[in-house]
Formats: sequence, structure tokens, C-alpha cells
Amino acid sequence: MPKAGSGLSLDGLGMPLWLVVELTYKCPLKCPWCSNPVDFNRYRNELTTEEWKAVLREGRRLGSLQLGFTGGEPMLRRDLEELVEEADGLGYYTNLITSGVGLNEKRLRALKKAGLKQIQLSIQACDQELNEKLVGLDVFAHKIAIARTIKAEGFPMVLNVPVSRYNIDHTAAFIELAADLGVEYVEFANLQYYNWALLNRAELLPTREQLARSEAEVKAARERLGKRLTIYYVVPDYHDNRPKACMNGWGSIHLTIAPDGTALPCQEARLIKEIEFPNVRHHALDWIWTRSPAFNQFRGESWMKEPCRSCSEKEKDFGGCRCQAYLMTGDAANTDPVCAKSPHRHLVDALISGAETRRDQKPLIMREGGYPRRTGAR
Amino acid sequence: MEAERRLRPEDVVELNPNYHFRWEEPQQAHVLLYPEGIVKLNQTAAAILEACTGAPSIADGTAELSRRYDKRNLGAEVLKFLEVAHAKGWIRVKS
Ligand SMILES: C[S@@+](CC[C@H](N)C(=O)[O-])C[C@H]1O[C@@H](n2cnc3c(N)ncnc32)[C@H](O)[C@@H]1O
Ligand code: SF4
Ligand code: SF4
Repeated sequence: MPKAGSGLSLDGLGMPLWLVVELTYKCPLKCPWCSNPVDFNRYRNELTTEEWKAVLREGRRLGSLQLGFTGGEPMLRRDLEELVEEADGLGYYTNLITSGVGLNEKRLRALKKAGLKQIQLSIQACDQELNEKLVGLDVFAHKIAIARTIKAEGFPMVLNVPVSRYNIDHTAAFIELAADLGVEYVEFANLQYYNWALLNRAELLPTREQLARSEAEVKAARERLGKRLTIYYVVPDYHDNRPKACMNGWGSIHLTIAPDGTALPCQEARLIKEIEFPNVRHHALDWIWTRSPAFNQFRGESWMKEPCRSCSEKEKDFGGCRCQAYLMTGDAANTDPVCAKSPHRHLVDALISGAETRRDQKPLIMREGGYPRRTGAR
Repeated sequence: MEAERRLRPEDVVELNPNYHFRWEEPQQAHVLLYPEGIVKLNQTAAAILEACTGAPSIADGTAELSRRYDKRNLGAEVLKFLEVAHAKGWIRVKS
């Protein structure tokens, strides 16, 4: 995902500068906040190697520059090296976004040879026990070992921490771990509450006090470590009173292709069931990006309602996130309810105070195929 | 935080190896690409980066710019931009 201070304020001249390819929804892990669709198991007709290559070529022709290989777990695709090589040849800056499962020294070397530029590795806890509780499998030792191998092979690396109530108190320990691993960047990504995270929201939302402590720890570490380690901190959405400038605007610089070839303005957008998103199997990417009704639905400002329409902030935040407006108000064209001016802001406030007062703990619903069940640890 | 000293004309600077600097035809601009980030550079910035990274020193790069654009006294402007680039981690001082 684009980081603050990087692509966010960029004028792409109408080009999809960021192309994200979700090679598969399959994944051996079961993160109960996974951003993949809750019914991910329904989408099994993944694009073939040749179909992905065509997407890469068309994307480059449209002006895409940054390319993210993600999923599910992209390492499950045996043709990843071949796709990276194709992408590098086309002139993309290639990023791999992985849990590390399926990654080994041999494949790292092949990826390096294919021209892979950067790896983002996710880590969910600083110890084996909590990590296993959160992802459902004993993979902590492997993650640490593979992080060291990634550095030994000379890749720049982002350590990604998906932040929830369960791991937020370990902020300082994560920073220490990142410094010890010698990574260039650590990203604390407070969870975004869509799909699996939405199912588990009441269990995952941190308290205000937890957030304040973690932010203070980040501030102290930035002062201490300076240029040695860059710390990105994706602020929690709900606790702000202005919405995030989601995706720099709908259909502005960001294009995601889902495993089955569905083209999306952001990774979560297919949860808006009223919109029919075009598929690269049936349409040229050029048409999808510039002309399709789905990509034009919330482009620019003409679709906005009040209070956004007459607000001076609309060029800065584009009215926030369409998916969040849809999930919380039932209409994707409404103002993001995170905004203090939204008539729905009380819904967000109720969630925040819910996190302060909650007493009973429920088990987490782990990401699995089939119908979501409460099977996780308490 | 280690005290950062200011850049000097005799310093040798190079591009951070994690950054890729190149011309991007569709944007009609030079861009810097790095882990999950893009920076589009204006002409002046691109010219300074191109001339000074890889030159035997900042002073040499500045002299090259003076010749190319037929302008004198560029030293202060070049150093000012390189300070910004250095602070952002785009370039580093070669030891
Ligand atoms: C969906 S994962 C796919 C790649 C790989 N399986 C992994 O987890 O690293 C992409 C990235 O999104 C992060 N992520 C997953 N669910 C999230 C959520 N609800 N909010 C914020 N980040 C999330 C993961 O930590 C990972 O860095
Ligand atoms: S977030 Fe977790 S469950 Fe989802 S794809 Fe990544 S590793 Fe798998
Ligand atoms: S009213 Fe709309 S445009 Fe104004 S700050 Fe809120 S979300 Fe942004």
C-alpha cells in the first residue's frame, strides 16, 4: 500500500502509477484480520501465467510504475519468478508482499536474478506463542530466519506489522526486532476494518490508551534511531476526525487486479456489491481504467453529496473511503463516517467507546474457507 | 540521533543503492523509485542529481552544470537541493 509521504500527493496525470496484482487468494495462514474477501474460497479461477503477463504489459502501457505482487500468499504461485522477470523487463519497480511462508534461499536468489527490487515481510508478534495464536500456524522461527536471509541476499526490506489490540503493546519490541534484523523500514499498519477484520472488529480494536502509548514509543524510537530505521506509522482510521485520503481518490493512481482478473480501484472494493467490476479476461485494461463505469463511478468530485460537496477539504481527502461509507452507512456515495462532519460519525464513536468498555472476550474468527466460525484462541 | 554535518563542495555523493533514478517517458519527467514509493522530479532537481551523483565531487558536478547551462554561481543552489535529497535519504556521502 502507498506510504504517507511517498506516492500519496503524487499527480499521476491520470495514470495508474500503482499496480497491485493479487496472484492468488490462497494462503496457509489464517490471520483473523485478513483483507481478502470473506468468501475468498469462491474465486478459484486464477489468471494463468500468460494472462498475468498480458496484464503487466498493458499496465505498463497505461503508465504504471510501481508493481506489488501480493495475495493471499504470492509465494504459492510457482510462476512468480517468471512474472517478476517479465515485470522487470517492462521497467516496473517490483515489490513482493509476503508472509514469508514458502520463501527460501533458493527462491530468493531466483527472485533476485529475475530483478525483484524490494520485499515487504509481515510479522504479527515478537514471540512464537502470540504469533501462532494470531496466524494459526507455528511459523515464527521461519519468519525470523527468512528475514535474515532476505537481508543477506541484499534486498531492501519493509517489516510490516498489522496492528491490533493483541500486539500493540509490543511496539517497542517490534522496533528492537526490526533494528536487530537490519531492515530499512518498519511499518506499523493499524488494521483497516474490512472483510475478516470487520468480522473480528470488536476483538481487535485497541483502546485509546494503548494507541497513545504505542505512538509515544514510535516517537522516542524515531529520535533515537534517526536514519538507521525509517518507521512508518499508519494511524488508526477511526480515531482520527478527518478521513484518510483513500487511494488518493477512486480511480486516481491505484489499480488492483484480483486473482480471477477482476479489476478494482482498491483491494477492498469488491465488497461494494452494487458495483459490477470489469474483468481483464473480457475487457482491455485501457478501457477498464479510462472508460469503465466502475472506475468512473467515484472519480473526481461530481458524485459527492453533502457535507463533502461544499467542503473545502474535498480536494485533500476526496471524501474518504467509499468502502467504509458503504459498510457503515449502506451507501458508498456518502461521506466517510470517520469524518467529524458526517451525520454518521456517532457510529464510529460508538465503536471506539466499545473498545474502552469491553469486558467479555470472544474467540477470534480465523480466516478459513467455508463459513466463518469462531474457532480461534481467546 | 547521530549529528548530521552539512554537505561540503568537496564531498562525494552517490545515489542510495535502494533508489532507482530514471527518465519516465509517459510522465515526461525523471522519477525516483524506491521501496513502495515514487518521487517525480522537476528538471532542476533531476539535472543536479544526475550531475552530482557519480561525479568525483559535488564541486565537479556543479562545474559540469555551470558549463551545460551556461550559468555561474550555482554552488549554493546545488548544495541546498542536495541537503534536502540527503535528508530524505535519496543520496549518501561516500566515505
Ligand atoms: C493481504 S496480505 C497478502 C500478503 C501476505 N499474505 C502477507 O500477509 O504478508 C497484504 C498485506 O496486508 C496486510 N494486512 C492484511 N490485513 C490487513 C488489514 N485488515 N489491515 C491492514 N493491513 C492488513 C498484511 O499484513 C500484509 O502486509
Ligand atoms: S494477511 Fe494473513 S491470512 Fe491474509 S493473505 Fe496475508 S498471511 Fe494470509
Ligand atoms: S466533509 Fe467530506 S470533504 Fe469535508 S472533510 Fe469530511 S470527508 Fe472530507
